[in-house]
Amino acid sequence: MCGIVGLFLKDSSLEPQLGELMAGMLEVMTGRGPDSAGFAVYGSGTPGFVKLTLRGSDLEGLADTLGVSGTQRDTHLVLSVPEAEEERVRGWLAANRPDLVVTGAGSRIELYKEVGLPADVSARFGLPGMSGTHGVGHTRMATESAVTTNGAHPFSTANDQCLVHNGSLSNHRSLRRMLEPEGINIATDNDSEVAAGYLSWKIQNGATLAEALEASLDDLDGFFTFVVGTEDGFAVLRDPISCKPAVMAETDQYVAFCSEYRGLAHLPGIEDARVWEPEPAHVYAWEHK
Amino acid sequence: MPAFDLATQSKRDLNQRLHNLPADTNETHWTVANPAGEHAIACGLDAPLTVEIQGHAGYYCAGMNKLATVIVEGNAGVGVGENMMSGTVHVKGDASQSAGATAHGGLLVIDGNASARCGISMKGVDIVVKGSIGPMSAFMAQSGNLVVLGDAGDALGDSIYETRIYVRGAVKSLGADCIEKPMEAKHKADLRRLLDAAGVGPEVSVDEFKRYGSARQLYNFHVDNAAAY
Repeated sequence: MCGIVGLFLKDSSLEPQLGELMAGMLEVMTGRGPDSAGFAVYGSGTPGFVKLTLRGSDLEGLADTLGVSGTQRDTHLVLSVPEAEEERVRGWLAANRPDLVVTGAGSRIELYKEVGLPADVSARFGLPGMSGTHGVGHTRMATESAVTTNGAHPFSTANDQCLVHNGSLSNHRSLRRMLEPEGINIATDNDSEVAAGYLSWKIQNGATLAEALEASLDDLDGFFTFVVGTEDGFAVLRDPISCKPAVMAETDQYVAFCSEYRGLAHLPGIEDARVWEPEPAHVYAWEHK
Repeated sequence: MPAFDLATQSKRDLNQRLHNLPADTNETHWTVANPAGEHAIACGLDAPLTVEIQGHAGYYCAGMNKLATVIVEGNAGVGVGENMMSGTVHVKGDASQSAGATAHGGLLVIDGNASARCGISMKGVDIVVKGSIGPMSAFMAQSGNLVVLGDAGDALGDSIYETRIYVRGAVKSLGADCIEKPMEAKHKADLRRLLDAAGVGPEVSVDEFKRYGSARQLYNFHVDNAAAY
């Protein structure tokens, strides 16, 4: 099971509603994944600053201690760090707060995930009030690893990149052994994080996102539908036998992805949208120019 | 004409009311508004009703159908008409994966495209797709007819038993033990009957179709039993 969603806005007037629309999609996907939920929203960024999303407890006062600005949402804290300071901040966190997990980093990405029903998770983080250009989300029914926040999606293994996955990979342990000496840090036991790390590794070595996804068709063994978020857009890929469901809808205002159509039924103008199923083994990508 | 609105009424109530109708009911024409992709709408019907679903349906719509006519005025999700026994299911938009899976009888008409595994393990149903079908369609198909006015994806009829497949457009590839077979007069007559039943007029000629079926090399075929296939 598991449910995945993605929403890419073409019409900037919808940006204030991004979180509200995504929250609706995630809640409908509860039936496919009631164990945990997570989402990444690509919101505003400040040139010269990097956003670090931290997860953990005792977050009050942390931004002040580090001398940067921060916004706390429940168990997550988004720090806005001058690029020149990122190494210092990460070093301080590793030395002084090893209990905290950096769930996402980049110029615009904010990444939240927790155990619990999707509606509760989105309410805890205030997803309905978030604005942005695009986002991806996931509702999890655990299969390959335990029901923990670490096992919740999305997974981010490089700046402004994240991945949500519906499926199960069978060669994730051998891939992990190949990726770790290459410098790809995979923090959890989760198979989907290995897929995220694989794509990051390909991109670091010069591949475009589309090329990295094409290569994954040869190198990943298992079944999957991926939605991958980047700073400028998102991409969709299904395995060659389209084992996991996927529906897309496109209007002049947005491109939306969901595991099932009913998760799209509340989107504005859906009655007149072009609705279709992505082909297996075919990379679909949308980007803001 | 009973009208049901799934925006305000529950799907369980709808299905229960449809199941409770006696075979000789006078409430034979139902409409269902605001389906919003809900799963299992109008499943397990067992009376000569007509149910019009006014929008997109989710998974297993009209599954296990007997006698009824179910019309989807939009797209249908995974497994539309799965295991149907008789009656008619008509999807006016596209159908998702596994349309008509394991269906034993009746007629499934899809005006748009059907995605992967259309007619998987079909056991006697007639399926007419006016658009194209996705990969792995008619996988392990056992009996019945699959008619496609558009194209077919990869591995058509893989491990097929005895279904007849008629495709007007291109077939990307044939699966194991599925081969092209000659179109004889009896096949053309049967194809015409299926096209007529699906509302396809004489502008579509049976001469445009090719027939595909089993090479009978993969399974234990006995010519003595041919009448049973």
